[in-house]
Amino acid sequence: MKARLLALGALMLLSIHAGAVIETYEFSTPALEARYQLLSEELRCPKCQNQNIADSNAPISQDLRRLLHQQLEAGASDEEILEFMVARYGEFVRYRPAFNAATAVLWLAPLILLLAGVAGLLLILCGRRDGAAALTEDDQAQLATLLQTPEKDA
Amino acid sequence: MAPRLKLFLPLFIFVVLAGFLYRGLSLDPMALPSALIDKPLPAFTLTALADGRELSREDVIGEPALFNVWATWCISCRAEHPYLQQLADRGVPIYGINYKDEDEAARRWLRELGDPYRANIVDREGTLGVDLGVYGAPETYLVDAAGVIRYRHVGVVDDRVWRDTLEPIWREVQAMGEQP
Repeated sequence: MKARLLALGALMLLSIHAGAVIETYEFSTPALEARYQLLSEELRCPKCQNQNIADSNAPISQDLRRLLHQQLEAGASDEEILEFMVARYGEFVRYRPAFNAATAVLWLAPLILLLAGVAGLLLILCGRRDGAAALTEDDQAQLATLLQTPEKDA
Repeated sequence: MAPRLKLFLPLFIFVVLAGFLYRGLSLDPMALPSALIDKPLPAFTLTALADGRELSREDVIGEPALFNVWATWCISCRAEHPYLQQLADRGVPIYGINYKDEDEAARRWLRELGDPYRANIVDREGTLGVDLGVYGAPETYLVDAAGVIRYRHVGVVDDRVWRDTLEPIWREVQAMGEQP
């Protein structure tokens, strides 16, 4: 019984992500197809906001995939295609938005937080060492006398 | 830092965090700013739903108007429809963009529910939709007399949306049009 449950559990772990995308496109060269894969994974579906257009089957994602295919076949560069999408749907549509005034916080926040964390850690560590030094300064004499006093009672 | 002040650090962090989270409660995470605000309405050449004649950008600009993206498969559009009719009766010009729909179903919808639209642009492939940055229906664009998009509302336009958001911009756009 237990073994069976275990096997069932293991099977559940094996379930794989099922791609929702139905339509397929023919590409004139494999290079175009590779770029299609990359771009469709980088472009974000405006309707279903946590999916890229490669994973989403929302009508708008189908439209954007069709446009992506058309533009790739028409010889557009990656930059041109991203510009086309951003002009219509805003920087939101890219999972890696361009660095500008509006997205600076987004890009820099992790770095600033990391630096703040490192600075905080250093402060705490240095403070601890200073504290230990202060103890020796002030209490050293007292400590010495205490240590020198013979422990008669013991 | 004084040891006394250090004690208040967790409180300070809590207050800042609570401030952000409280703000977050009233933000709509699905809201997307339109990339087309203050940009001209995109050019298009599509057909009119009523008679199949060709419609282009020049046919629909010249005075302030609403452009309402709708479809018969869109449930919220049905809820929105009576209010659009009210707006049209009050004299607000509304153009429909029939988005990824079937002509016959759309015509039947207008026959049965009434037709608040000046004209309907048939966007069966969603090409105008993509140029406008539409990602669902209903969406409503407020376009001024010069053909510049001034506002985009995603979702149903009802009395509250009109009074609180659209009407102030509408008045501003109309006042601008009346000046020589």
